[in-house]
Amino acid sequence: MREKSLNALKAAFPLTLPVMAGYLILGIGFGLLLQSKGFGLPWALLMSVGIYAGSMQFVAVDLLSSGAGLISAALMTLMVNARHLFYGLAMLAKYRDMGKAKPYLVFSLTDETFGLVSNIDPPEGVDRRSFYCAVSALNHSYWILGSAVGSLFGTMVPLNTRGVDFSMTALFLVIVTGNMRKKESRSPSVLGIVCSVLCLAVFGPDRFLIPAMVLILSALFLFRKRLDPNEKGGAK
Amino acid sequence: MTESVGWQHSALIVLVCAIVTLFTRAVPFAMFPEKKELPRALKYLGKVMNGAVMGMLAVYCFRNTSVLTPPYALPEMIASLVTVGLYLWRKSILLPVAAGTALYMVLSQCVFT
Repeated sequence: MREKSLNALKAAFPLTLPVMAGYLILGIGFGLLLQSKGFGLPWALLMSVGIYAGSMQFVAVDLLSSGAGLISAALMTLMVNARHLFYGLAMLAKYRDMGKAKPYLVFSLTDETFGLVSNIDPPEGVDRRSFYCAVSALNHSYWILGSAVGSLFGTMVPLNTRGVDFSMTALFLVIVTGNMRKKESRSPSVLGIVCSVLCLAVFGPDRFLIPAMVLILSALFLFRKRLDPNEKGGAK
Repeated sequence: MTESVGWQHSALIVLVCAIVTLFTRAVPFAMFPEKKELPRALKYLGKVMNGAVMGMLAVYCFRNTSVLTPPYALPEMIASLVTVGLYLWRKSILLPVAAGTALYMVLSQCVFT
């Protein structure tokens, strides 16, 4: 049993190196940001172990520092993480016979882990279940380690952290720019931005999110014919 | 920690985020145990929802930025342009995020004080 796990770790480790770089750096950013809002190492660990969702945890820092209500926290999480529904759907077949490991594999299905496990198969002679567990657990550990380092760094180094909030802005700017460059996600991105700016103007900074979510969902269905390439008469 | 809300409320927020995140990951496995065909509305949402929500989050990040009062959103604009420019140039995610944040910190701490 131990040898099986060791084999799987050895096979998985090199494949997770790109994720390691990303998770360590983003994790450090998250830990620093959280620390700058007065939430120290226990909070960073709690969140990175228990939530384990990159962009959502940046949003959660905001929820925490503004003392958001639980219902708006739930709605926000649902919207930000809705994409995970589709990762699960894509992994149904691959994760079918995972037995006891399945709950952890499902819990740890982040964007990056999905990117790896959906595209690679374990090398010959390596147990499938141990291999997917190794990939998931290695990625999870990088994220936890990064957050802890960021949090500790924020306490130990007398750093003026004013402006570190911009890391979240920069992250979403980069994601949106990437989406704008892809033909299929360009119109949804524009729609999301326009709906949100409208609601921000009407409802103000503290209460525009929920109206924006409602407007975005309505608009997505209102313009479905134009946005869905599979719909009859849809845009080419 | 913020004084206005106690640690209990913060812990509840973390718990809610964790439960809802797990929910979004577990629902497909619970609802579609076999290779069942998905409702078309769901498939459609799967394609368009993420782009729209990321757009919303980008706007959310600028919700308290004002162009009418000094420094007229200049630090935000400069750092955003550099972030996006670096991304388009280098096609990496981490470099523009790190450089954009560092630049913004310098601008808001030393230049536009």
